[in-house]
Amino acid sequence: MTTSVESARSRIVGATFKYAVSLIVTLIVAIPLYISVSGGFKTLGQLQAQPLNLPMPFVASQYTELLAGKVGSFWRDLGNSTLVAALTVALDLVLCAAAAFALARIRFRLSGLIYNYFLIGLLFPLAVAILPLYLQLRNLGLVNGYWGVVLPQVAFQVPWNIVLLRGFFKSIPRDLEDATAIDGYGPIGFFYFMVLPLSTPILATAGILALVASWNNFFLPLLVFNDSSKFTLPMGVMDFMGQHGASWNQILAFLTLAMIPAVILFILAQKYIVAGLTSGAVKG
Amino acid sequence: MAYESSIVLSRTVKKRRRATLFTLLLLIGPAFIVFTLFVIVPVLQAAEYSLFRWNGLGPLTHFYGLRNFGFLLRDIIFQKALLHNMLIIVFSLLVELPLALLLAMIVGRGKFKLAVFFRTFFFLPFVLSEVITGVLWQFIYNPQYGLINSIISFFSPGNPGIAPLGSPTGVFWAILIVIIWKYFGLHMTIYIAGLQGIPVELEEAARIDGASNAQVIRHIVLPLLATTIQITVFFSIIGSFQIFDIVWAMGRGDPVNGAETMVTYLYKFGFQRFNMGYGSSVAVAIFVICLVFSIVYQRLLLREQRG
Repeated sequence: MTTSVESARSRIVGATFKYAVSLIVTLIVAIPLYISVSGGFKTLGQLQAQPLNLPMPFVASQYTELLAGKVGSFWRDLGNSTLVAALTVALDLVLCAAAAFALARIRFRLSGLIYNYFLIGLLFPLAVAILPLYLQLRNLGLVNGYWGVVLPQVAFQVPWNIVLLRGFFKSIPRDLEDATAIDGYGPIGFFYFMVLPLSTPILATAGILALVASWNNFFLPLLVFNDSSKFTLPMGVMDFMGQHGASWNQILAFLTLAMIPAVILFILAQKYIVAGLTSGAVKG
Repeated sequence: MAYESSIVLSRTVKKRRRATLFTLLLLIGPAFIVFTLFVIVPVLQAAEYSLFRWNGLGPLTHFYGLRNFGFLLRDIIFQKALLHNMLIIVFSLLVELPLALLLAMIVGRGKFKLAVFFRTFFFLPFVLSEVITGVLWQFIYNPQYGLINSIISFFSPGNPGIAPLGSPTGVFWAILIVIIWKYFGLHMTIYIAGLQGIPVELEEAARIDGASNAQVIRHIVLPLLATTIQITVFFSIIGSFQIFDIVWAMGRGDPVNGAETMVTYLYKFGFQRFNMGYGSSVAVAIFVICLVFSIVYQRLLLREQRG
């Protein structure tokens, strides 16, 4: 009897502890986000006096001016981010799927060597290559152009996605390959009609990872884009902050708008983002 | 007859399967070229440039040997940057990962109400870009408008408050808090995925045998999560060596190099002072440090597994 009372008590203590910790962490995550959203609706005076209160008076003009394009260049930055990300994801998937397929399903003498060559790339973070990379882009005339960001982004994604996709392609049963061969298709036909349709989830995972990396990338755009007409959102945020110095209500409105696409993407693609980030780590 | 036709069939199948050189070039060529041109070549060039004194223009003539590395190792600011990277690792391992593990254990199971909400919400900061996170926290630390000083003046009216990002000694710690804020959710999510791979039956069996919560965690959950933990430790270390965006967005490593990291240091020498040779020696140093860490870490793990 006493033991069951004790265990009930310890269960209550345990549950209280769990909720308390969760609640505190929720607040720590939520308060900065709340400050950004609500701060965009405040006057500067209220922002200074009452950072946590609800906006009073409620000023929508910071947001509406940004959205109407009267202040800043939110839509242009969003468009640039979208374009760079779309090009990155498309090129990344085409290149990696093709190469990973060849390395997974076609037997040829150099296969292992080429795979290992791509694997070397896992060792090099962007920072190690960045100085010569910049000179390279300058020589190729890619500085201040979209491709100057897209191509290196794809290149640094290649090893990771080849590992991810090759592993999946290898698991596709041999019988399916024979079936397409009987129908008269070669390796490319097998790849196109059989492998790609079977691989949509893994391609989505690889694509989403490339998309998130591109969307948040700052280092490369910082170097490559020297003209604000090409700026992506992270660049735009830094630039806007530089230009609107102390108008923090305006800056917070811009920040909030810049967060929205990432948050929407996260809600829509959470499954794939989590799958991509945990695939390597959990399997070991 | 049937036998012969099956031989013919298997021959055509074999022929179809065999890829031509053209097919291989078509499939592998583009990825190979892009990867070589934008990853391998620049990395090799960085190794070469690090041996020269060079401003990025004109031919490489001023051979320097290993002198760039000598300057680098003796430079107090580089030492400071390296120390900051090391401190980021220490705090990631001692604060961020344990916090992530605790939260994963709390919200990683379906039994806990609201678990799905908490799981999703805690991951949110990781989805925001480093720059957005950095600028947001610049506001929170802002001496005039920010939350921190409002809290200080609420509890002690008249207190002028603090300006952490303006202080050479405070800026690093202020940024470290933001780093933990941003990344704990990533590691929590990885741990949750690991936890979900542990069969519930194991824990139930232990509980039936009378094991307490602490015992279940100590003897069942943690050992089964070991590989996942090892991998998060590894990525956390490698990631910490590469920190740039968030530091750049929160004051570019200044004031007085108070939050300098190796990559901000590299950026400053390479692109602001156009000292490509010296900057490249920083790049090589970062690579060597990462490589040494990886090898040592894997050796230690292998030894532990054997022992």
